Amino acid sequence: MSSSRLGTLADVGYRRRIVRLGPLRVPVRRRSIVAGLVAVVALGVLGVLALGLGTYPLTPQQVVQVLFGGGDAMDRTVVIDWRLPRAVAGIAIGALLGIAGALFQTVTRNPLASPDILGLSHGAFTGMLLALVFVSGSWPVLTLGSLLGGFATAAVIWLLSARGGVQGFRLIVVGIGVSSILASLNTWMLLQIELETAMFASAWGTGSLNGVTAGPLAGALACALPFAVAAFLLVPRLRQLGLGDDMAASTGVRPGAVRAGALLIGVALVAAATTVAGPVAFVALAAPQIGRLVARTPHLSLLLSGLFGGLLLLGADLIAQHVLPTALPVGVVTVSVGGAYLVLMIILEIRRRA
Amino acid sequence: MPDIPLPADRVPSADHAPSADPVPSSRLSAEAITLSYDRAEIVRDLSVTVPDGGFTVIIGPNACGKSTLLRGLSRLLAPSCGRVVLDGQTIGSYPAKEVARRLGLLPQSAVAPDGITVADLVGRGRYPHQNLMRQWSDADETAVQHALEATGTADLAGRPVDALSGGQRQRVWVAMVLAQETDLLLLDEPTTFLDVAHQVELMELFAHLNAQGRTLVAVLHDLNHAARYATHIIAMRDGRIVAEGPPHEVITSERVHEVFGLENVVIPDPVTGGPLVVPLRGSVPSVGSAHRGARS
Repeated sequence: MSSSRLGTLADVGYRRRIVRLGPLRVPVRRRSIVAGLVAVVALGVLGVLALGLGTYPLTPQQVVQVLFGGGDAMDRTVVIDWRLPRAVAGIAIGALLGIAGALFQTVTRNPLASPDILGLSHGAFTGMLLALVFVSGSWPVLTLGSLLGGFATAAVIWLLSARGGVQGFRLIVVGIGVSSILASLNTWMLLQIELETAMFASAWGTGSLNGVTAGPLAGALACALPFAVAAFLLVPRLRQLGLGDDMAASTGVRPGAVRAGALLIGVALVAAATTVAGPVAFVALAAPQIGRLVARTPHLSLLLSGLFGGLLLLGADLIAQHVLPTALPVGVVTVSVGGAYLVLMIILEIRRRA
Repeated sequence: MPDIPLPADRVPSADHAPSADPVPSSRLSAEAITLSYDRAEIVRDLSVTVPDGGFTVIIGPNACGKSTLLRGLSRLLAPSCGRVVLDGQTIGSYPAKEVARRLGLLPQSAVAPDGITVADLVGRGRYPHQNLMRQWSDADETAVQHALEATGTADLAGRPVDALSGGQRQRVWVAMVLAQETDLLLLDEPTTFLDVAHQVELMELFAHLNAQGRTLVAVLHDLNHAARYATHIIAMRDGRIVAEGPPHEVITSERVHEVFGLENVVIPDPVTGGPLVVPLRGSVPSVGSAHRGARS
């Protein structure tokens, strides 16, 4: 095992760099940097593909030309006005979900406890549907409905699983139950409301990027930004929380406050994502674990969770649009892959506990 | 291993206390605290003073409240009555990180994240000295190196904690708390689950850390370890302090019987000359007898 020498510690078990930026000093694993760069390159490649593929196909060169300000008027319209919002949504919404998943899984110390499994995406969507039916279909109202739905669902799950604590297996079982109830409630509401409204709403029923337009996307991302920043500010505290509540507390972290803050931020991020794409499954569940496996970190990295979340959703949307014989909502792809992944994780979890 | 002095007659040092302080120097004390879990009172109206520079060991039967007292002293459990005083102020009035720069705790429930390396885990002890901008510094590097050397784990620095033996792992946790660079160290049953050789090795390490000037408070199960290494013993039963003082005063046959309900003789330790508890055969009443049942 070779390792870069740094200060007086010859060997810390991995290669690392101290990132220095003004007064900032952050130790970073070299493997995490490489994993992050690979994810960024892959995002670029998939992004160019997403902008080029379709009924009016463009070569990657044409796409890159447009992105750097060139190309003819038609190319510009197709890339910038038609396809860019959707590609940006795939990356950004995936990133929000990945970060939210990492927050949930970190504070519960459970790889299954992600907001999609616990029903928070469905809950946010329920809130959105209620806002749509009873108030209006304007974006601020839908966003607010989604946020309220997310928080209400979180409160219900918290109360129902309070006895087992948020770290218990009970949380997962309660969450899966609540999730199923809300999903059927959403379907029922879609069947009950007027046809025109239902058409508008059912586009998101299983999670889809079909109806994405630039305005609402920008609005949702602007709402999510402060929460995402807050999440990154919590990172050192979340890392201490991984040592157990008592150890975290004895090094100067308040476990209860950090946990509550992280869950609050997570719910807000999921709600913001849901207003754009509906309840997309699997991304929040898998992205943090994929990031951890690739970078081999002992904790879930928020940054890598975000990058791999973006990669997953953008990739799934490409498959949904262009690979399958009929264009499907991206949620169908993520649900299918996610179902298999979830079964695998549950089996592993049960084995670990047995 | 060098000879570890047994400083039974050691007087508390006044190094850390302000010179104007009129009370005998103690950085950590509890004033009439009541500690409870879910409204069940475990410790009631208890006052205790941790002698500075000493190695205080808390002993007592299971469920006597000794770990609870340690949690109270380390502000992990807030007292419902009374207060814990650290350096002249109520411990709860400090910012959380400030307490962590003055007092370190090794709890029983510490979790090593999957795949974390020794150096990384020990580095987590530097958290109270870091902030958002400066998440690593030369001082952190030096403190980790010193902590690894002090616990004899420098060779393990690059290894994953999962791959270590129980004794090595416990020393790594001690290193993490040492990296916190606090003069006060609280240890909750640090030797439980270790074999006898590793227990002794760890006790020698604690005695050494104490001899270097740190104040230690440990909850221990092994009376003879307490008798040999402690400078001050607190014996607890049913949430109260039954006896307190240097080992030769507290570890007597009558006291041990009173606290643990164990028939025993106390003889001079052939190695150190201190007290050594030897249980008598057949002295513990059989399971389920009225005598024992009445006490639990």
